[in-house]
Order: sequence, then structure tokens, then C-alpha cells
Amino acid sequence: MKYIDEYRDKNIVRKIVEDIKRISKKEVSFMEVCGGHTMSVQKFGIPSLLPENIKLLSGPGCPVCVSSRSYIDQAIAYSRLNDVIITTYGDLIRVPGSTSSLDIEKGKDADIRIVYSVLDALNIAKENPDKKIIFLGIGFETTAPGSAVGIINAAQQGLNNFFLYSSHKVMPPAMKALVDEGVKIDGYIAPGHVSTITGSGIYADIPEKFGLACVISGFEPVDILKSIYLLVKQVESNNPKVEIAYKRAVRPEGNIKALAMMNEVFEPRNDWWRGLGILQNSGLKPKEKYRNFDAEKMFDVEVEPTKEDKGCICGEILKGLKTPKDCKLFNKACTPEDPVGPCMVSNEGACHAYYKYNRD
Amino acid sequence: MKKNILLGHGSGGKLSHDLISNLFVRYFDNPALNSQTDSALLNIEGKNIAFTTDSYVVDPIFFPGGNIGKLAIAGTVNDLAVAGATPLYLSSSFIIEEGFPIDDLEEIVKTMASEAKKAGVKIVTGDTKVVDKGKCDKVFINTSGIGQLDEKHIDISSGKNIKPGDKIIINGTIADHGMAILSARNELKITSDIQSDCACLNKMIKKVLDVSDKIKFMRDATRGGVATVLSELVDNKNYGINIDESSVNINENVKGICEILGFDPMYVANEGKVVIVAGSEDADKIIETLQKNEFGKNSSIIGEITENHSGKGWITTEIGGKRIIDMLSGEQLPRIC
Repeated sequence: MKYIDEYRDKNIVRKIVEDIKRISKKEVSFMEVCGGHTMSVQKFGIPSLLPENIKLLSGPGCPVCVSSRSYIDQAIAYSRLNDVIITTYGDLIRVPGSTSSLDIEKGKDADIRIVYSVLDALNIAKENPDKKIIFLGIGFETTAPGSAVGIINAAQQGLNNFFLYSSHKVMPPAMKALVDEGVKIDGYIAPGHVSTITGSGIYADIPEKFGLACVISGFEPVDILKSIYLLVKQVESNNPKVEIAYKRAVRPEGNIKALAMMNEVFEPRNDWWRGLGILQNSGLKPKEKYRNFDAEKMFDVEVEPTKEDKGCICGEILKGLKTPKDCKLFNKACTPEDPVGPCMVSNEGACHAYYKYNRD
Repeated sequence: MKKNILLGHGSGGKLSHDLISNLFVRYFDNPALNSQTDSALLNIEGKNIAFTTDSYVVDPIFFPGGNIGKLAIAGTVNDLAVAGATPLYLSSSFIIEEGFPIDDLEEIVKTMASEAKKAGVKIVTGDTKVVDKGKCDKVFINTSGIGQLDEKHIDISSGKNIKPGDKIIINGTIADHGMAILSARNELKITSDIQSDCACLNKMIKKVLDVSDKIKFMRDATRGGVATVLSELVDNKNYGINIDESSVNINENVKGICEILGFDPMYVANEGKVVIVAGSEDADKIIETLQKNEFGKNSSIIGEITENHSGKGWITTEIGGKRIIDMLSGEQLPRIC
């Protein structure tokens, strides 16, 4: 496939791996903070190609994984309201809440529909004027502009039955918090999709304040290995900086139009991250002027007390302190069919990726 | 907490397996069922008979490359054929929604008749039920089939003669059916020219069985895709599997849609693909035979049975990395067949 095959070319891959082996002397750990990277790394078997002194860790890059269980509980509570249709990306459906999941509610009476875009949710709102459509907005800077478009369009079209329940988060506070917490890494494989929107400026603190290497990477094997090569080079030469190894998608200034829409609709709030706790200004909520589209403002529901599972170490895994294989529930009490923690559910979750591709 | 059926229970992946083992096999308990092969292998007065049944609920009922009727014949014929049997007789039962156009039903039935003729099977019995509007979606079809099984092919279903060194073969490109259905659903507004690979494979399989007596195992890679067949094959066995991803053929347009939507083609459903495990000495002969058939033109050897990492399927990825192959978990696409 043109534009993909070049990035999966065995010979190019071999060449980059040789280059990495040639320049890599130190024991290093690099963390990817994007679920897409986690999946690619495992799917293509990239760790098996790297020398032993290079370790890859999965960070808090899967939005479903870092969101709180109370978010799911509240979404379930919304789904039990009369005349409500929940619209959601497929990833959230099977995430366990405290006592139920959206999947289980769907099997009962709730009207829960999987959509591929917020625009599908808007169409459902138009087609069902007597229902209230709640869109579960989850994701980082990658999907937040989409949710913003949803609200802007709903406002322009006078749709008064479309609501966003936001769990949107922004990435830089988490990347900084990890370093503050003393997680031992030498550099970040910075998220490609997030950076397409934000540009590269948001990572300036990573090399400047924390002295860590930082390379923005695409998602194909050649992209990821090229990024690892650049990271190794930065570490070996003791020259940390932000580099873009995904220039076909990422510009230093980002996507100005998408950023403008995000800023129009959202404002920052303190938000809770699994494993990291509450981080200042790390979440996004609709501004007051869009309160009529904010599910949290417009619906009053009683949410059951949140129960977290004992023994699940998703939090530690998201910080890169442990790997899924360190968890005593992994592949025993916790499997994709019967997941305990969110990292086992989401296609982009580290536990899911390890279960599917690296269980041995 | 009270448990309900989830869509994933019908996915052909792990949830389905658990449901079958923990409920159906547990209560229906008998040796023919318990072996859980594609067809039940029965011995009636000294004659080996293969018997199978399948229900079809595909949405949409008409799709590029076929319709629910073609699927209902091919699926059941293939289940018999991969057991090494010669399919002979089929039943067909219809559950039809009130208001369903008779013209559409006729088109489906005509397709079934012509597919059955091509496959050399006769539809000899059936049943019709109509339910209130909204109580089923257009039309659901069940077909059952019986076929004759030669004694020398009796172990193909269980694969008990598989040994390290055997080759794993597939008769062409994978993931066509699943992606054809997905594009036809139009929810994603994707236009493509992907055709389902839905086809009766019994004649091609017969040719293969005629040229080689080293066929150790066959399974049609339907729901759950090739990866699920391979992980089932290796589960709890004292051998392993190694697959070379670059020898698995995938149509460019299928690959493209899989990329966009994040599907792994190894897990996407096929309706005209058989995974064959055969002695390595016969592999070339088998490939040659398959490639002469219209449904086997892109056949390839995709891997082999290994002595090491027993009980596990490994894949050498297209970039040369290594990882495991697991069976499908959860629901990938409901109502694919």
C-alpha cells in the first residue's frame, strides 16, 4: 500500500535497527505516551528487534485507561435516564464501572450507540428531536477539537438535545507529573496525533526543565524506530531537545484551526488521572457560555459510590513503574473478556496490547 | 450480578468459546459434540457421516460478492468439506420478518439453489416461520448439512496427526468478507470495491484431498479470522506455530480499510478461506492444485508447525519482529455471517 509500505519496509527497518545498535551504548528507557504507539510497538514486535539496553515503557497514553471509574459510573447513570441516548466511541463500551458497564446496560434497556465521530452523534440528535443525546467526549488534544466542533455545530444549528459529557484531557501536565514523581526515563516518544493538533511547542519543558530527550513520532514501524534512533542519539550526545520525526503530519505550530475551536469551547480544569491523581489544569470542560451543551450542568443524576478494584496495578503501569506482566491479575483474573482494569479493555491499553501480542 | 448475553458471545472468539463449553457442551454432553469440531463426526451402522448446522443473520442481507442465501449454503458446505467429508444434503429454515419483500426472498432462494447446484448438494428439507415486524431483522436462515466421510480422512477435524515441520497453507487473500460487509453497511460512508470471498470450497478441497494423503487438518477461517483458527489449533498442544506475516496475502483495498479502522486483518472474517495443515513433502503439490482452482489463485504457505514454544502461535511480523497470535477477544463486528 503506497504511503504505508515504505514505512514497513523490512530493509529500511533492518538498517535503522543496525544504526541504533551502532550508536547505543547506555542503558536507556524511553516512554511512549500514546496508545497508538503502544499498539504499534507490540503489533509489529518492535521490542524483539531492539538491543537489550533499550527498554520501552508505556505511559498514560490511553485516554480510556487514565479516566476515572467514576466517569463510567456517571455515564451509566445517564444511560439509565428516560429519553437519553448515549453515543460513544467503541472503546468505552466494555470498561468496567463500579458495578456495571455500558455494555451490560446496553444488554438491558439503555439506548447506547457506538459512533465513529461526534458528527454521527449530531445526526442522531437531529433524527431524534424528542430524545436527549449525550456524547461521551474522551481523549486528549486529538479528539477534543472534534467534541468542540460538535458543540459549535449544535449551537449554530440550534440543536438543544445534544450534550457533551467531557473527560477530555491534555497531555503535557501528565508528562511533567511523571518526571516530578521520579519515574526513571531517559526520553519520551511523544504522541504523533496529539502533536498534529498542538504542534511541538508544548514539549519545550521536557528537555529544558527536565533534561529529557523528546521525539515526536508517527505510528508505523519505521517512524517509531527512527524516533528511537533520534532519542538514542540525543541521550548519547547529551543533547536533549524536541525533534519531530513525523514531519509528514506534524508542524511546529500545530493545527491552528483545530486549536482555535478547542480554545473557543473548552477551558482547563483540574482533573484526575489513574496512577497520577489530580493534576492541575489537565482536563477540559465546556466554557460557561456553552453550559447548555454540558451534560454535567444539564443533568442531575445520582451516581453510585465508586469502587476501585483491589490488586489492579493499572496506575503503576500507566506510570511506567511496572509492566502488565508484573500484575498478579494479568491473564488470570484480568483478561479482555473479563477485564478488571481499563488498561485491559481499551484497544490502546498497555495490558490489552501485552495480552494480545506479548503474553508469553 | 445477573449476567446477560452480550454481542461478544456470538463473535466466534473467546466469549463464544466459553459460552459453548460452559453451557451447551456442559448440558448436551456427548462424545461427538464434545470434540467441538466444525462438523460432528458420527458413525451410523458402519458409515462415517459428518453433520453440521449454522444460522445466518448477516447484516446487510445483500452485500458485494453475495447475499445471505449464498452464505447459508457456502458456510454449511464448507463446514462439512473442511472435515474431509463430501457434502450431500442440506436443510434450510427461514425466519422471516413480517413485511419482507417476496422478491428479495426469491432472489435469496434462487441464489441458494444455484450455489447448491454448483456445490453438488441438494436442499432436501426445510421450515418457514414468520414473526411480527420488528421481532427479527428481515430474514434469518439456518442450514444443516450432512456429508459422507471416508475413513482415511477421519482425523482431519481433530488434527491429531499434526507434527512439527508440517506446513500451514491458506487459499488466498484474507479479511475480504469482513471488510466487504463493513463497507456495505455504509455507516462509515466508505466506498470500496471490496467483494466478499464467500464461496463453496468443497470441490477445491476434494481436489486437494485427491492429490495428497498428507492433509492433517483443515478449518474454514470465518468469524475470528485466521488468527483465531491458528490459536485454537495450537491451544494446549505440544507443538507451536510460526507464521510469516509477509506471506499472508491481503488485497490492497482491504488492507487500506483495515488500517483506517484499526482492524487487524488476521482477525477479520472470511467466508471462502480454508487453513490447511499438511506434511511439508506435499506442500508444493497442494499449492499447485489450489492455484489451479478459481478460489485458490492466491494460495500461499503462511507458516509451519514448530517444535518450540509449544501451545503458542508466533508470528514473524512484516518488519521481521516477533510476537504472539491470540484468538479474538470480545466482539469485532457483530452479524458478520
